[in-house]
This record gives sequence, C-alpha cells and structure tokens, in this order.
Amino acid sequence: MHAYLEFEKGLAEIEGKAEELRAMARTNDGMDVEAEAKALDKKAAALLKELYGSLTPWQKCQVARHPDRPHCIDYIDALFTDYTPLAGDRNFADDHAVMGGLARLDDAPVMVIGLEKGSDTRSRLDRNFGMARPEGYRKAIRLMDLADRFGLPVITLIDTPGAYPGKGAEERGQAEAIARSTEKCLNLKVPLVSVITGEGGSGGAVAFATADRLAMLEHSVYSVISPEGCASILWKDAEKMREAAEALRLTAQDLEQLGVIDRIVKEPLGGAQRDRRATIEAVRKALPKLLDEVRELPADELIRLRRRKYLDMGSKALVA
Amino acid sequence: MNWISNYVRPKINSLFSRREVPENLWTKCPDCGQMLFHRELADALNVCPNCNSHMYISPRRRFEALFDGGLYMDVAVPEPLADPLHFRDKKRYADRLKDARRESEAPDAMLVAEGEIGRMKTVVAIQDYKFMSGSMGMYVGNAFIAAAERAVALKCPLVVFTAAGGARMQEGILSLMQMPRTTVAVQMLKEAGLPYIVVLTHATTGGVTASYAMLGDVQIAEPNALICFAGPRVIEQTIRETLPEGFQRAEYLLDHGMLDMVVDRKSLRRELGRVLHLLMKAPPMVAGDLPPPSEPALPPAEPAAEPAAAGPAAAGPAADTAAKAPDAPARAEGAEKP
Repeated sequence: MHAYLEFEKGLAEIEGKAEELRAMARTNDGMDVEAEAKALDKKAAALLKELYGSLTPWQKCQVARHPDRPHCIDYIDALFTDYTPLAGDRNFADDHAVMGGLARLDDAPVMVIGLEKGSDTRSRLDRNFGMARPEGYRKAIRLMDLADRFGLPVITLIDTPGAYPGKGAEERGQAEAIARSTEKCLNLKVPLVSVITGEGGSGGAVAFATADRLAMLEHSVYSVISPEGCASILWKDAEKMREAAEALRLTAQDLEQLGVIDRIVKEPLGGAQRDRRATIEAVRKALPKLLDEVRELPADELIRLRRRKYLDMGSKALVA
Repeated sequence: MNWISNYVRPKINSLFSRREVPENLWTKCPDCGQMLFHRELADALNVCPNCNSHMYISPRRRFEALFDGGLYMDVAVPEPLADPLHFRDKKRYADRLKDARRESEAPDAMLVAEGEIGRMKTVVAIQDYKFMSGSMGMYVGNAFIAAAERAVALKCPLVVFTAAGGARMQEGILSLMQMPRTTVAVQMLKEAGLPYIVVLTHATTGGVTASYAMLGDVQIAEPNALICFAGPRVIEQTIRETLPEGFQRAEYLLDHGMLDMVVDRKSLRRELGRVLHLLMKAPPMVAGDLPPPSEPALPPAEPAAEPAAAGPAAAGPAADTAAKAPDAPARAEGAEKP
C-alpha cells in the first residue's frame, strides 16, 4: 500500500477507485472493468504529472520526508559491493544514526558514510530518526580520517532532520563535533562527493555535505532550519510552514541557482517513493560522474578548490 | 522666523531632550535587581558590582577596554549582496536589516578591529547580540574572513568574541554556508601558525557554536554565558523534562571539557594578553594598563579602513580628559561605516 501525502489526496481517490474496481473484477467472474479502470489510471497519471510538475516548496519538504523514499541503507546495499561497516567513535559510543564503512563503487575502494533514518518503528528508534549525536559526527570524522590516510575517495549520503537536540548530546559537545566534522570535510586530501537524498537538515547536514561535489535529488531539500521552526520563530505561528518553506529557498532548484549545489539528480515521476529502484539507478549513474570530475586532482589543488568554492558562496543571488 | 528657528526651537528641543537623560542614569541589574549608576556600571564594563552578572556590552566598548590605550583601527569588511533571497516573513528582510542598522549604527552583527594588546598586534572580531540577535549571515561571514585574512597579513593572532542566536534564517541556505566559510578562515590561521582564540559570550548558540565558536586553539567564556547548539527550550520540548540548573552555561561547559577557562570580563584583557604572548613566544606582558602607543605602530589597514582616532582614551597621557568624561560616547569617532 502506497503511503499518500496530504496533497496527493485526489490522486489517492482515483487510484483507490481503480484498485477497487480491479479487486471486484477478481472476485466476480465475467465482470469486465478493465476499460473503466484504465480510464482511471490515465486520469491518475495525468494528475500525478500535474502535481509533480509544480510542487510547492512545502510539498517538496513532504516528499523529501516521505517514509518510502530509499534510505542510506538501500543505496549502500544497491550501489556498493564489499560493504564493510565500521563502527564507533573510539570515545563514547556507536551512533546508529550514522552508518558507514569501506566499500567498492565500480570495484574501486571508497569510504561511504551516511545518515540513516530507519524504516519502521524499531529501526527508527535505533537510528534516532536520522538525528546524529556527537559520537555520530566523531565516527564520521574517524572514517574520513581513515579514508584520507589510505587515499580513498569519500562518498556521503545525507538524509537527516538535523543534529539531535538532546541533553546528553549537548553535554558531549554536539556543536564541537559538528564544527570538527565540517573542518574535516574541508581538510580532506581525497575527493568528497555528497548526495542529499531526502532532508538536508541544517548543521547536521553541513557536517557531511561540505563537499567537492554536492548533488541533490530533485525533490530533496536543504535548509538552515525546518519550515516549521522558521515559521514559529519569524511568523510566531508554526502553521505558517508553507510561507516559510517558500521564503527559505530550500529546494534543489533554488539551491542550484544560488550555486550551493552542483547537480540535481532527477527523480522518477511521482517522486523517489513511487519508484525506489529507478531512484537508486539515477544515483548510481550520477555518482561516478561526480567523482570523475575531481578524482584526478592533486590533493593541494583539491583542497584549494574546495575552499575557494565555499569562500565564493553567496556571490550569486536569485533572480527576483 | 529666524528668531524662532534659531532660538526658540532649540530651547524647546533641549528642554525635551533633557528630560530623557535621567531615565538612562540608572540601570537595574537583570539578575539581582540592584539599581546601578551608569557611571559605576560603565567603569565595571557592564558587570554588576553586586552579583557579577555580565550584562551586554557593545563591541565598541569592548574594543576600547581591550586594546592598549583604547586605540584601534577598524578593519574593512566587504559588503555582501543585499538580501539575496528576497526574503520576506511578516516584514521584508531588507527593512529589518535597515532598521537594525539604524538602531545600532553598525553595518551588521560583527565588527572587526586591529590594535595592540600588551603591545602585541592583534586582530579582534566582536559579534553584537543586539544586532538581529547577533545572527550569522553573509556579512558576519565576510567579517570573520576579513578578520582572519588581516591577521594572516599582519602575522598576528585573531581573537573572536562570539554571541549569536544562530544563523540568520532570512538568508536561508547562505547563512548555513557561513559554517564552512568561516571554517575555511580558521584553517587559514592554523596554516599560518597563528593563534585563534575564542571568547564565548552570552549567548552563543546554533550554527555559530557549531562552527568557528568551537574551533579555537584556546576556548574562553564569560561567566554564566549560555553556550549551546540547541537551545534549552528546544531540548525541553524534545525530551520533555526540565534541565538541570546551570545547564549549557559557561561553568557547565567547563566542567564537561568544552572550554579551557571561564574569565571575568575585567580580567579578560590580562588573561588574553598572557595567552597571546605565550603562544606567540613573546616576553611576558607588563602588568597594568599600558598607555596608548606613542607612535602609530601599526601599518594602515585596507585602504577602506578608517582609523578610529579620537576615542575618549585616545587623548593619551593627558588622559584626564577621559577621566572627566567617562560617559563620553563609547563609539570611537570616524569609525562609522556607510
């Protein structure tokens, strides 16, 4: 059963009706509903195209958070071979919101690190809904450091509401851990390629996404604050998240225009959640291309260009 | 007409403006409630003599208190694109920014200056919590980078006083991008082998804490300053329990290994000076207040920088002018930016 989003209600009705008709036909022999069902299918397809052709920023936030989108774990399973998970920050704990390890991408060894939200109640709790704690960022730093020393390119996959706002996380230096992780990204002597696959939640995402090449899935978002958070602070009304989402310019399309991201990876019609395989395939195609753009650069040049890229950020405004 | 505009109107104006003065003479300490005379408070650098509450102090006052003889020069900060997202909530961001600039007479939430601390050339950047909660946007990023570049050019240390409600939401993703941007600037200093000292002041939160505020070679904080990534309210909403006394305050962070020291504002100059002289392998700083340098020992800053020549303490050895007018404007003249 497909999980529909609030703005897909009309679509849910049409697709539900078609499904009902077909179910009826299956139980009643000789009943022919196919013509009618097909007409409904066509209507649904047209509506889907219309909806996804003009998603509002807030709708994109909802799509980006859709529970059926492929997660880090799915990409790692499908795109990499010899995945060898590594664990722990060697200091306090192993944060399950951050997964990563050695792996091969097209046979070449790499380090893959990602934020995993989990896909059912148990795994979501285990993964803390993709919200990392300091030990998660410190684990990422450790893995990046390892990659650095062995000359392995780093690939990060980002999907997080943000860093975890908890008592223990603060006590153990959440801010410091994020700052060091961003610093590590900037210092890497090996290429770093990132893909935001769902939510790029604020500092929790920056710590992984400060990359040589940053791509975003078509309907993913990357923002300094959630639209709900922004609405409650600036509009003093959390219900104004639509306006906030609009104002924040958090869509992949706006971010490309601002020069914050390098590439948009197209999603199948109806979003990544409708066709997980096609989405994963799209990322499979995009990754090596992104990596090839920076793979041959010598270390000092790589670092220089990466720093230049971030220093120059903000020189492009949006067209009014 | 002339008589009216030249004599009567100024008289009336002066009568009205005079009435406002007494209101500013006394400040109530927000922590202990003690009424404090403005002169006494200013002498104590806005620290309550009764309960040691560290109240807000303007960047200009801090510069004066920090640099030898209160002398310093502004370091020019490149203007970023104005309102790149055309952001609008209940109000246009462009208007909010204009209002903030008018109120504070500062270009944005961070000012950068160069001067001497115990005769050690130093670049100091100070974040102003009164300017849109000290929030970090493109300008603050530019200021931080300009400060680091100036320190590298002068081969001198950088001291940053942080204070921020976090990233400036109205600049959207570009405010977030100040985290890597400022981190690049910190790396410039590290690579040049120059000290980078952070002084965390009340309150330092969010993306600022999670970038340059936590990357110092030495981490200092003012007493009781709130320092956090997520604010206490957000955490209480998440975990649904009340937080312990003093949670996320400077002393708490010190206990948890996040800081090197908590230093009273009045001792900051001496502590900072000592640390800087040690790290720069310079002889110990002479104790006590140094008079201002007799010669302008510093090469001129960037062409656009305007020297802050005539601060109250700039009168030098004839400092009784300053003593007579302790409530003279805290802002150094000629320091204003367009």
